[in-house]
Amino acid sequence: MELLNLTIKQLHKKLLGKEISAVELTKVFLSQINKIDKNINAFLDVFKESAISQAERADKRISERQEISLLTGIPMALKDNILLKGEKCTAASKILENYIAPYDATCVKKLKEAGAVFLGKTNLDEFAMGSSTENSAFKITHNPQDLTRVPGGSSGGSAAAVKANECVFALGSDTGGSIRQPASLCGTVGFKPTYGAVSRYGLIAFASSLDQIGPLTKNVEDAEIVFNLIKGKDKKDSTSVELDSRKSDFSLKNIKIGLPKEYLQEGINPKVEKTIKDFIKRIEKQGLNVQEISLPHTKYAIPCYFLISSCEASANLSRYDGIKYGKSNMKEKELNILDTYLKTRGQGFGDEVKRRIMLGTYALSSGYYDTYYLKAEKIRTLIKQDFENAFKKIDIILTPTSPFTAFKIGEKVENALSMYLADAFTTPSSLAGLPALSMPCGKIENLPVGLQIIGKSFAEDEIFKIASFFEKIITNN
Amino acid sequence: MTINQKEVQHIAKLARLYLEPEEIEKMGKGLSLILDYFNLLEKVDTSNVKVDFDNKQKNLFLKQITREDFVVEADNTKEIMKLIPEKEDHFIKVKSILDK
Repeated sequence: MELLNLTIKQLHKKLLGKEISAVELTKVFLSQINKIDKNINAFLDVFKESAISQAERADKRISERQEISLLTGIPMALKDNILLKGEKCTAASKILENYIAPYDATCVKKLKEAGAVFLGKTNLDEFAMGSSTENSAFKITHNPQDLTRVPGGSSGGSAAAVKANECVFALGSDTGGSIRQPASLCGTVGFKPTYGAVSRYGLIAFASSLDQIGPLTKNVEDAEIVFNLIKGKDKKDSTSVELDSRKSDFSLKNIKIGLPKEYLQEGINPKVEKTIKDFIKRIEKQGLNVQEISLPHTKYAIPCYFLISSCEASANLSRYDGIKYGKSNMKEKELNILDTYLKTRGQGFGDEVKRRIMLGTYALSSGYYDTYYLKAEKIRTLIKQDFENAFKKIDIILTPTSPFTAFKIGEKVENALSMYLADAFTTPSSLAGLPALSMPCGKIENLPVGLQIIGKSFAEDEIFKIASFFEKIITNN
Repeated sequence: MTINQKEVQHIAKLARLYLEPEEIEKMGKGLSLILDYFNLLEKVDTSNVKVDFDNKQKNLFLKQITREDFVVEADNTKEIMKLIPEKEDHFIKVKSILDK
């Protein structure tokens, strides 16, 4: 059905014009989920009843012409590490299998106020740790473009749901590429805002100096609409900031684009490299100024990121102790306090989460702190400085989002390190806290290739502007 | 860089994770491989590099963020209490810390 392909503004027009009601629209998406999600496995939970009642309320708002926003009546999905009050929030982990969210995340609260319709919760790598969604304790999500392949991760359920038209848009979270990489592998738009642009209150914490919430959408305009709704200072997240609504003096004519040579060197699939280079040629023909730049510390981003994020995860995940909530062995009377912790956590966490907690605990343990954690933090400063230096000469950076297209299910699951390398192009901008968007820019044998656009801190408007321009070039071809 | 089984057990205890014997062996091998790769970082000269959270240097992004400490009524105490695995009345049960 044609409705499934439409963007937020197109649907908004139909809702306002009474061509379709929000209830009808929601039913269209619920039936799409019912029809195809057995093949995709994007959803962990679908809210058939509450979605309809939310849609009824949206219809009421629309017919009374009261408090209508662009998202009123728009059906969407939520990554299952973002809290929606009264519904399960599992982070795809056994340790939170029966956890019912006692409050709404701030971004959820804003979406509810706007009248969005929550269709369900999407699958992810357990605690957002992974690049294929295969680390979920519950199911394996398939890439809608090729069911034998992974959708990427960790927001693989959200990316697959958007691509398969099971929702209009979805929210994901990005720590080292978890929105952008699945967007790239599935062929959707995915946007990671500047660190601090969106409140993380109600996002299950993984690595707090990196985590950001952002949208996965069908086009650039939708990403901008959703971002503008969820952004802003929240007193419940002390790292969030108010964004000034400055209009940048940014014009496409004079824009200087940087292409970092380090991203087109070793480790990249030559076909991905060619697709990106072909795209660059096309934008040069449009008169855009592209120059080669250097970000010399790029190759250190992977070890730097995995050390820092694992150290932070080992601290953040210490809260899962079986005493306050979640899976628990408290009822086993014969266990002492230490054994209760050991067993609850040993049984509750999956292999990858255990590996990250172990890595982080090791790197922070006595004698290794300077060698690993502090060293990684210093290199993080150097990576940040690389970007600062580059942005003195250019306005925006283009790179491939991922070194390769979607890989086969099971291909990398046995080798943690090869899975880590999937994030080679997304972790540097994460470490620097910069905003970055991935959009489809071509295909290799039916598999999408993502282009990553990295901007200066809080220059999301510049990213959206140039991404919309690229989108026109791509669709006009 | 190899992490032997004894070290794995030590870290697992610090991390409060029970690992099955076969997990211990696999974990040791996995972590050794990863740390070998991470030793790439040693090549970078960082002798003059400061870190972001070093509060001795002026940093644009670093400032203390505090708020007043005051009591607010929560409207979800019932939902939170429902999540607690072992409780009595409105108390959370924990295991005894001292041996009996």
